[in-house]
Amino acid sequence: MTNWLDVLALCLYVASFAFYVLNLYHERVWSGRVATLLLIAGLVAHYYALLERSRIIHAIPYDDLYGSMSLFAWLLALTYLGLELFHRKRAVGSLVVPFVIFWLVVAMEVAPSSQPHAPAANGALFALHITIGILAYAAFAISFLLSLIYLIQNRILRRGRPGLAFWRFPALEVLERMSRSSVWIGLVALIVGTSLGFVWEHRLTGHFAIADPKVLFTLLVLAVYAIYLAIVRAPAWRGARAALVCACNFVIVLFSYTVVNLYFTNFHRFF
Amino acid sequence: MATERIERVANNRGEDSVRGRAEVALIGCNHTSAPVELRERVAFTPEQALKAANELRQSGIIEEALVVSTCNRSELYGVSGESNESLPRALMSYFGDFHKIGLHELDGRVYQHVGRHAVRHLFRVASGLDSMLLGEAEILGQVRDAYNRALGNGSTGPVLNRLFQGALEVGKRVRSETEIGARPMSVAFAGVKLAERIFGDLKNRRAVIVGAGAVAEQVVEHLRLRGIGELRVVNRSFARAQELALRMGGVVAEWSALEKSLEQPDIIVTSVSGNEPVVTRAMLERAMPARAGRAVCVIDLGVPRNVEPQAEGIYNAYLFNIDHLGGIVEQNRKARESEIPRADAIVDEHVEKFLAWQTSLEGAGLVEALRARLNAERESLLTAHVGAKGAGAAAVEREQLERVTRELIERIVQLPEKRLREQRKLRRPVEGLAALRELFGLNDKGNEGEQ
Repeated sequence: MTNWLDVLALCLYVASFAFYVLNLYHERVWSGRVATLLLIAGLVAHYYALLERSRIIHAIPYDDLYGSMSLFAWLLALTYLGLELFHRKRAVGSLVVPFVIFWLVVAMEVAPSSQPHAPAANGALFALHITIGILAYAAFAISFLLSLIYLIQNRILRRGRPGLAFWRFPALEVLERMSRSSVWIGLVALIVGTSLGFVWEHRLTGHFAIADPKVLFTLLVLAVYAIYLAIVRAPAWRGARAALVCACNFVIVLFSYTVVNLYFTNFHRFF
Repeated sequence: MATERIERVANNRGEDSVRGRAEVALIGCNHTSAPVELRERVAFTPEQALKAANELRQSGIIEEALVVSTCNRSELYGVSGESNESLPRALMSYFGDFHKIGLHELDGRVYQHVGRHAVRHLFRVASGLDSMLLGEAEILGQVRDAYNRALGNGSTGPVLNRLFQGALEVGKRVRSETEIGARPMSVAFAGVKLAERIFGDLKNRRAVIVGAGAVAEQVVEHLRLRGIGELRVVNRSFARAQELALRMGGVVAEWSALEKSLEQPDIIVTSVSGNEPVVTRAMLERAMPARAGRAVCVIDLGVPRNVEPQAEGIYNAYLFNIDHLGGIVEQNRKARESEIPRADAIVDEHVEKFLAWQTSLEGAGLVEALRARLNAERESLLTAHVGAKGAGAAAVEREQLERVTRELIERIVQLPEKRLREQRKLRRPVEGLAALRELFGLNDKGNEGEQ
C-alpha cells in the first residue's frame, strides 16, 4: 500500500541523487549541500510514511513485504547520512542513494497491494530487535558498496587510466575507513538486536532457540565481520584483500536476509 | 576591503566622467607570437610597468595605462580619451622605445587589438584560455596583481578599472563554472594527485625524494603545498640534496641509506639519471614488513625508469611511471580543451556586458555635451536679444527668461537621459550615439570650447 508520503520520499531521494551526481562531476559546495538537504527531507517524508503505516498496525512495519523493504530503504539512507556527516565525504552518495531508490521502487512494484497487518509477535522489545537487526543489514549493505568502490578504484589506479569520476570519489584509505565505520555500526547493531531477540524469546518461552537456522546464520555473519575487523589492519590483508573479504561477507548477509528468512527459519519468517 | 576600494574608485570615476568613444587598445606578445629570446627582452618588472604607464599618460598618448607582464606575456593596455585610430601604432612605438628594440624586430611578433578584440583578449587571458598551460590558475593572480599595482599608482581610470574588474570576474566564473582548471596538467602534479587518490589528505604523510632534479623539485613543491608531514631527500650528490632540503624544509639522507629510507614513507618519488633502476622489487619487498603492510605510492619520473617494473606486482605498492603520468596529463588536456567552448561563451557574455557599459558611459557623456551645447546657445541668444545681465526691469525679464529656457532645456534632455539610464541598468548597448554626436556637432572641439 503506497501512500503519497512514500511517493514524496521517492521524489526527494531522486532529486537528492541528481544533486549528488551533479556534485560528483562539478564539485560545487552548494550542490553537495542541496543533495544532503534533499536526502534529509526524503528521510523525514519516508519516516512519516512509515509512521502512518505503524499507526494502522500499532507496530513497526516489518511483518509485510512492503513495510519491511521500505524500512530497510529508510535505514539504508539513514546509515549513509550518518557516515556522510561523520566522514564529510559526499561522493559516495551518488552510488548509495540509487540503492535506496531501487529498494523503495521495488517495494512499490513488487508489493504495491501489500496491506499492513499487525505482526503475530509484538511488543517494544521485539520491535527494537527487528528494527536494529534491519539497521545492521543496512550498514552491512553500505560497507559492501564502499568495498566495491574500493576494489574498482584500486583496479583503476593499478591500470593508470582514471576517468573523470575517479578524481571525485574518496581516496582508498578514506573508503576503507568509511567501510570500517559502517561495519562497526552493523556489528554493534547486530549484537544488540540479537541480544534483544534472545531476551524477548526467553521472556516469552523460557528458553533460547539457538538451533534455529536464522540464529546460526546471524552468528556466522557476526563471526565473518569480526574477522574482517581483525584483518583490516593486518599487514598481509589490509587494503584490497580486506575490501574483498568485506564484499564477500555481504553475500552471507544477503542469504541470511532473504533465503534463510523465506525458506529455512522456523520463527523468523515474516512475509 | 581592497575590492571595495577599487569598486568605489572605479564607480566614482565612471559617474563623473564625460567622454566620447574611449577605445581600449592593447599591444603585446606572448608565447605563441614571440620566441622566448624576445619575450625576455620585452618583459617589464613591476617598477618598469608603473614607469611605462606613467610615461604614457604624461606624454598624452593615452589617459589610462596598465602593463601586464608575466613570464609568458608582456602586454600594454591603454585607453585614449577620444577615438584614436593611431593609438596602437603609438603604443607599439613606445613599446619598442622603452625596451630599446627596433620596430622591425617587433614586426609580426607583437599583436595589436582595439575595442572588442582587446576586451575579449584580456578576458581570455584572465580565464587561462590564452595560457601556455590551458586553464592555469596563476594568470588570474598575476592579472590581479598588475591591476592592483596600477590602481595604487593611479594610472588606471574608469574604463580600465571596469575592464580589469570584469576580467577578474570572468576568470573566477570560468574556473568555477567549467572544468578548464580542473585536474592535473603536469606529470609532477598528476603524480601527487594520484597519491591523494590513495591516501586522501597528505598532511602528516611522509615522502622520500630520490634525486634532486627539476621535476623532483616540482613534485616537492606540490607536496609542500599540500602540507606533507615529513620530506626526506636522498641524492647521489649530498650537497645538492642538502640544498633542496634546505629550500623546501626537508631532511637529508645519505645515498647509502636509500634502502633504509624506503621503510617509512607513504610516497616515494624517484627522478635520477642512470641506466639501471635505483629501486628494485627486492628492496621494496624488504621494506614492506617494516611498513606493516601500509600502502606506498611510488612515483617514478625517471627515463630510463628508476624503479624496477616488476615492483608493480607488490601488494599495496602503487607504482606510477612517466608513461602513466603522461597518459593522465594527455587525457586531462583533452578534457580541458573540450571545455573551451563553454569558457568562451562566458567570456563573450562579459565582453558584451563591458561594451554595453562602455556605450552607456559614452551616452552619459553625450547627454552632458548636449546640455552644455544647448546652454551655450541659450546664453548666446539671451545676450543677443535681452542684453547682458544688468539691473532694473531688463534684469528681471532676463532672469525669468533664463529660468524658463533652462527648464526647457532640462525637459528636452530629461527623456534621453532617463532612457540611457534604463539601458545602462539593463546593460544593453545603445545604438546610434555616434550619429547623434555628429548631428548635434558634439564632436566639434570649437563647440566644446564654448562651453
